[in-house]
Amino acid sequence: MSVDDRLGLLTYKNDHESHIKINNHDVCVNTCKDKPCTVLCPAAVYVWNGQAKQIKVQHENCIECGGCRMICPYHNIACDWPRGGFGVSYKYG
Amino acid sequence: MSEDIFDAIIVGAGPSGSACALKAAEGGANVVFVERGDYPGAKNVQGAVLYAKQLDAVVPQFWKDPEFPGERNVTEQRAVITSGREDWVSVSFRGGRYKQEPPNCFTIIRCQFDRWFAKKAEEKGAQLFTGVTVRELLKNNGAVAGVKTSEGEDLGSRCVVACDGVNSMVAQKLGVIDEWRMDEVAMGVKEVLELPKEKIDDRFALEGNEGLTIEFFGSISHGMIGYAFLYTNKESLSVGVGAKLSDLRRTMIKPYDLLDFVKTHPYISRLIKGAKPLEYSAHLIPEGGFHSMPPLTGNGFVICGDAAQMVNPTHREGSNLAMTSGQLAGETVVYAKRKNDFSQATLQEYERKLKASYVWPDLWEHRDVEINVEKDPSILEVYPRLIVEALYHHFTVDGRPKAVHKKETMALFLKERGLLKILQDAWRLRGAVG
Repeated sequence: MSVDDRLGLLTYKNDHESHIKINNHDVCVNTCKDKPCTVLCPAAVYVWNGQAKQIKVQHENCIECGGCRMICPYHNIACDWPRGGFGVSYKYG
Repeated sequence: MSEDIFDAIIVGAGPSGSACALKAAEGGANVVFVERGDYPGAKNVQGAVLYAKQLDAVVPQFWKDPEFPGERNVTEQRAVITSGREDWVSVSFRGGRYKQEPPNCFTIIRCQFDRWFAKKAEEKGAQLFTGVTVRELLKNNGAVAGVKTSEGEDLGSRCVVACDGVNSMVAQKLGVIDEWRMDEVAMGVKEVLELPKEKIDDRFALEGNEGLTIEFFGSISHGMIGYAFLYTNKESLSVGVGAKLSDLRRTMIKPYDLLDFVKTHPYISRLIKGAKPLEYSAHLIPEGGFHSMPPLTGNGFVICGDAAQMVNPTHREGSNLAMTSGQLAGETVVYAKRKNDFSQATLQEYERKLKASYVWPDLWEHRDVEINVEKDPSILEVYPRLIVEALYHHFTVDGRPKAVHKKETMALFLKERGLLKILQDAWRLRGAVG
């Protein structure tokens, strides 16, 4: 089962406003070697876009574990909570 | 509603938040608990095993409530130690007495439980606001005096109780924690799989409301500190795995790949065969324990549950510590209201209560276990293998005398670990058992 199929099981109320921000994209390009956010995020929110040379943030995938803030070796990810009522709504949890 | 000054604003409507709201309201305090999800539980994930004793302390004899959403009464608990992909040893404890009252623990569907529990607090007079994210804290003369929501609304209160989980916004805004280190948290991923009751009963040898929980240790966690689990619900199974975030960082294993590795393990794959995935989820689990606990009180604030790192991972306990800490915080709010003083000196009553309960001693007892394992992670690989090899020798009949098998087993233990090291390991891990 792919991660997309897994996320497809979930109910989201998507906010047009992203609750996640990369503070400085230069850090991802120049400093960060193995880009752990693209591997360890359980909802594949972070994807390295080689052409645009930046991390693409698919905030609508986020299941709000908060791990990215700790995973980023440069504390370059600002992940706040979505506004009240937005984001993922688990039915089982 | 912003005109009201509440005795307490409780941030989060999980096990600690609802327990706190219930006890505070029951004692006559004017409290509100705010939940950022559309309903209590919307953002919450747990295995989930719920211990009865701590809920009974807040909702007496809850198991008699026809609306209590318990899935199965856990009568059997099993630990499976895996070596490689094909070998394992299992120990199962079946406690017939758990079928009598009081029960020990239930499997639950966490979102259903959180809704039920929050309703119990509302019935006692606590107000519940859902869909409200707290963004800032209000301060008055250095004391916490309320919260500001993501919609810009101010809610005033005489104290704030942080029950907002492992990523506690309140604790961060208080400045008592910055960010957890990767070795202070584990990441858990799980799936709920639908399977008819008869199949579950047959596959796990259960009857009626009996439930079984299984935890898997050893090779299944790829040398990372963590374990996998398989729990029986009424008509579904919960399967998941957790590992320290620092270990995932080291191995760079994708959390959902780790879950696939668990689901395809031969012990598990045949038990979940044909079950339909209903939901996938991920959550952080605080595992820093005693050494990572922030200051628990201050002028106008109290911190409970996951927000305060109150988890005992070797005993898979967390929501019970959350409920107890929430209960004690709720009692403390009532105490402070009576004294008409919400300063730290009064709110420290909460810490005194925690120390007199099981919460503090258990966290203290467990304080160095994970640190000791991290000093020598080979423990996680060596012992499962040695136990499996010892049993292999015990059960194998190959024409050689038993004495030869015994000698080979002893030699293997001495070669792989040595007597002194084994004693040292036992001492290091003493907090994990008993």
